[in-house]
Amino acid sequence: MPALTDLTIAGALAGLARGEYSSRELTAAHLSAMEAGRALNAFVTETPERALEMASASDVRRSRGEAGLLEGIPLGIKDLFCTEGVLTTAGSHILDGFAPPYESTVTANLWRAGAVMLGKLNMDEFAMGSSNTTSYHGHVRNPWRARGDNRELVPGGSSGGSAAAVAARMAMGATGTDTGGSIRQPAAFTGLVGLKPTYGRCSRWGIVAFASSLDQAGPLCRSVEDAALMLQVMAGHDPKDSTSVDLPVPDYRADLNKGVKGLKIGIPKEYRADGMDGGIEKLWAKGAGWLKDAGAEMVEISLPHTKYALPTYYIIAPAEASSNLARYDGVRFGLRLPGETLDQMYENTRASGFGPEVKRRVLIGTYVLSAGYYDAYYVRAQKLRSLILRDFTRAFEKVDAILTPATPTAAFAVGERMDDPIAMYLNDVFTVPVNLAGLPGISVPSGLSDEGLPLGLQLIGKAFDEANLLRAARSLELAANFTARPEALA
Amino acid sequence: MSLDREAVRHIATLARIRINDAEADALVGELGKILAWVEQLGEVDVAGVEPLTSVVARHLPRRADEVTDGGMREKVLLNAPEATLGFFTVPKVVE
Repeated sequence: MPALTDLTIAGALAGLARGEYSSRELTAAHLSAMEAGRALNAFVTETPERALEMASASDVRRSRGEAGLLEGIPLGIKDLFCTEGVLTTAGSHILDGFAPPYESTVTANLWRAGAVMLGKLNMDEFAMGSSNTTSYHGHVRNPWRARGDNRELVPGGSSGGSAAAVAARMAMGATGTDTGGSIRQPAAFTGLVGLKPTYGRCSRWGIVAFASSLDQAGPLCRSVEDAALMLQVMAGHDPKDSTSVDLPVPDYRADLNKGVKGLKIGIPKEYRADGMDGGIEKLWAKGAGWLKDAGAEMVEISLPHTKYALPTYYIIAPAEASSNLARYDGVRFGLRLPGETLDQMYENTRASGFGPEVKRRVLIGTYVLSAGYYDAYYVRAQKLRSLILRDFTRAFEKVDAILTPATPTAAFAVGERMDDPIAMYLNDVFTVPVNLAGLPGISVPSGLSDEGLPLGLQLIGKAFDEANLLRAARSLELAANFTARPEALA
Repeated sequence: MSLDREAVRHIATLARIRINDAEADALVGELGKILAWVEQLGEVDVAGVEPLTSVVARHLPRRADEVTDGGMREKVLLNAPEATLGFFTVPKVVE
């Protein structure tokens, strides 16, 4: 039998049902792995006592025949989700000591389905970053290393702690959030499946807001089936989030193995970007071949405004962030620095509480929303957003899903791309358009780079069509047969 | 559109973030570079295009006008850096 920490969620659920081990044993195995893996800095807060209590309660429920969909499964939670009575920092100094008196809807859904919380996962500050190097709680390290190179690599971001913890077998799955690629990019960098659902599929209530029109919660897992299971529980209408959509949540596992025969999959020509890693380009062609061999019809499509997605995003997201982050003022929660006047208290608190990347984005956002510049920057970006959505709407008249690379390169070394914000932003060139259009996207580990690092392919689906998206992702997963593991675990 | 130090200081004041001279000078370059990069959006013809504000339903759902929440002062004040007599406290704002 494989180690308990090597099981998939679906595999562990089967073992728990057969009584081969208890949730307490499963949870204890992950707590040991969490302790042994502290050098990765994946967790901001470990909650081992709570985990064991939840696991014991889960074992009791199971013995009574009351098992939920994720009964007894130990998970990590990104530190952006409010967890009642447990420190929630969003990776920022400004939320020092903040213990929310309420639980986010998504995490409440997970606990109701029987899942167990291992702890809170490190992340880029306020989810702003693509390398998990902007956290107040320090860098997260990728458990993977390039062949013949001992440099520490970034796990991607912003859900870098989630990715590192699941890749290093410290958690069976983790929650993430994705505003411009923050689930899919770290999943690609660590050999995981990362799913960003359609905007509106999961409630944003109780998730610390970054850019409200783009943020969406989703899972990072080690299989497509696990992602389907977690989404099943996380998704659903919530009256507390007016943008959560009141649509039934289908059974995402029902058609998972139906294959792609008869599906039309688009290949957008504009995604052949300059500077794309040669290995990724090859993998993309290989992925298209796999889906074709599995019976899909591959169709070349055009998404003409693709090149404008990143600059559009870097107006809209900072604008929304500057507004959302206005609440951190030293009055109601978190850090406060003294000042002679109220304004000085605000200014001192925010100067000390926010890191450089957050300040940059709040300032850009403030500028593009300020009098005289609002139309030239913000409204123009919103019009571009319309055009980007229209590109996808037209493409989806011809195809059922779209196949692209997940990232332009494999994971890079800690310290690289730090001096140029725009070079860092380019990480998200393939993922950002999906958020602007509000569509679901999934990153599937599909191969290794020449240096032995994981590479992901992205599938993009129609709005609220996660079922077909997961079905195509499952075909890709089967064909890719990705079995590589981080060296530390090999 | 290029930014100078005064413009950066003004934005920082609007955003209520204290910055010193060295930070202001660094931000002139950093913000200027980002703004120069987003300038490329100017080359797209957006005449007649509606700005997109939300990708979900245009009609916000309504609910019954009933009180469903509240009466939790202690919880609300639980995380306050400074609270006195059931209130948030701040530096004096009126003379």
